[in-house]
Amino acid sequence: MAEPAATTPATAVANGTDLVEVRGLAKYFDVSPPLLNRVLQGEPRLILKAVDGIDFVIPKGKTFSLVGESGCGKSTVARLVVGLFKPTRGHIRFDGVDMAGLTKREEIEPVRKRLQMIFQDPYASLNPRWRIGDIIAEPIRAHRLIEGKADILARVGELLTHVGLSPVDAEKFPHEFSGGQRQRISIARALASQPEFLVCDEPTSALDVSVQAQILNLMKQLQREFGLTYLFISHDLAVVYHISDYLGVMYLGRLVEWGTGRRVFGQPRHPYTRMLLDAIPDLEMTGRRRIPVAGEVPNPINPPTGCHFHPRCPFAEDRCRREAPKSLPLPEGGEVACHAVEEGRLEAG
Amino acid sequence: MSAGAMSDGGKKRPLLQVEDLRIEIPNRRGTLIAVDGVSFQIDEGEVLGVVGESGAGKSLTGSAVIGLLEPPCHVAGGQILLEGRRIDSLPYEEMRRIRGREIGMVFQDPLTSLNPLYTIGRQLGETIRTHTDMGESAARRRSIELLQEVGIPAAERRIDQYPHEFSGGMRQRVVIALALAVNPRLVIADEPTTALDVSIQAQIIALLKKLCREHGAAVMLITHDMGVIAETADRVAVMYAGRIAEIGPVAEVIRNARHPYTHGLMGSIPLVGHDVTRLAQIDGAMPRLNAIPQGCAFNPRCTKAFDLCRQERPELVSTGATHAACWLYDEGGRRDGTHG
Repeated sequence: MAEPAATTPATAVANGTDLVEVRGLAKYFDVSPPLLNRVLQGEPRLILKAVDGIDFVIPKGKTFSLVGESGCGKSTVARLVVGLFKPTRGHIRFDGVDMAGLTKREEIEPVRKRLQMIFQDPYASLNPRWRIGDIIAEPIRAHRLIEGKADILARVGELLTHVGLSPVDAEKFPHEFSGGQRQRISIARALASQPEFLVCDEPTSALDVSVQAQILNLMKQLQREFGLTYLFISHDLAVVYHISDYLGVMYLGRLVEWGTGRRVFGQPRHPYTRMLLDAIPDLEMTGRRRIPVAGEVPNPINPPTGCHFHPRCPFAEDRCRREAPKSLPLPEGGEVACHAVEEGRLEAG
Repeated sequence: MSAGAMSDGGKKRPLLQVEDLRIEIPNRRGTLIAVDGVSFQIDEGEVLGVVGESGAGKSLTGSAVIGLLEPPCHVAGGQILLEGRRIDSLPYEEMRRIRGREIGMVFQDPLTSLNPLYTIGRQLGETIRTHTDMGESAARRRSIELLQEVGIPAAERRIDQYPHEFSGGMRQRVVIALALAVNPRLVIADEPTTALDVSIQAQIIALLKKLCREHGAAVMLITHDMGVIAETADRVAVMYAGRIAEIGPVAEVIRNARHPYTHGLMGSIPLVGHDVTRLAQIDGAMPRLNAIPQGCAFNPRCTKAFDLCRQERPELVSTGATHAACWLYDEGGRRDGTHG
């Protein structure tokens, strides 16, 4: 992991070097039973707070990763940031522009082409009936970046070369490619509009390890080459350690801790972060004794009161059960939302 | 392959022997060979990990052992012996008695291995009563014990619930209880933690390991996750394109892989605490079954390949601590080879 600049994202705001700023972002889904059932059977409205007020910033040219277990809302954040969902509350600023404030097509389009997304499943995200050339050219045509067949074709060939494929592959169909090659095609398509910011939702979790290494190496190389900024969503901590400059840990819709990757892995503060790090299988066989984690992720429709993590937390006290902890800055940079850390009940490291 | 090549365990009696197993899939264009000349053995109480990338044939090998290959896949050669008795050509009913009684199974997706229409208690009870002469109430008591053993809280109440009322991790615990219900000698666990969250994965692996030790069951643990293997297995077999590339004690294979494929595979895994700008990568992809190259299946991706690798298929040979199917370690190959 590259050592990030001394400035933390919080101070980077002042320097104006951050590309993406997320403030108080929330997304609620109405998962209530149909109106008739509610009226007749007296069933209450059910609101799923998939994302419940999170803040982070991503400095230009850096990688910010979100980790967490399934159902913690990390993929919802990815979809909110690219604009596939409308936030219930909060702001997403991209290069200083509030995305929610954009309503007209001609305002949205120039911003849209600057951010792109790579999805998890390379089998579902490519249209099986389209040739690779058309798939990659779609953003070029949609944003009218290049006119003329021959020029588009040349650009597609160039993009294919960037991701380690050959220009002649443009004639082929998705089924002729393996999972790793398809993910390269997804990356080529994402790069077609020359974006500055890529949102990658579990881009390697459907791939085998040796192919995962190829894709991660490619992503890092492209980041250096084009100065890309990444929001990287993953549940695999080793992958996240490898790729991130900054890291946020989510639990049931809230960001419980964030900081530089080095700090979060080196000195995890939140009990949940510690638990997650402890759950990584030990490949080096140091014989480290792992403390087995108790319990499971609760149902996000009906999360525990106070700090969502308290039923699984060995340090939980009365206050944790009553009051949701605020995210407080740490002296070494980053933030953590935990009463035990705030009250000094947990020693660092 | 010589039988001696596999006797790492030495003193222990082999529980399962797989010899020169070949699995074929006939299709319209000919016959694909999905597993080709695979031999290994599992000793009593031993955990053998089987790793490989998708399509390497690891799951098919597991399915062949329990006799659950889905047609048109079929065993086309070699033999499978459980405690010295051949089980690959048994009639269906006889094999059915062995499954569950002698060999238990844990699959990747706990939802598909449980019947959604029956309560947990009925499924456990049925398994117990099919394979033992226990009565209904004794089987129920045993089921509750098993659920307690796999760490399901309030087992007396939850036994009457349906699979959908359990979370993913809890379901996998139920599946483990089912697999161990009648104390089988061998458990085949095919990607038992792949569908689970990281924090739950660790719980399930610890549970599987503890219970198999307590019940004295050997485990064939099939997974693509090297971390799981490192924590659980005694020995590991690395599969590539339907063949075993390397087999040996887990510490040796992980820390000191001899086969270029295993070596590359280990280097491509990102590790927490290892700061590398670039992961070691093996270029290319595993060949499709209809395009397995001549000679060593890994030769087009191997940086150390020489002429012999492209012509003749290597057999597993001793490399000291492990056995690898690689001409680099074969004395005959060494003479012909161009490497130092």
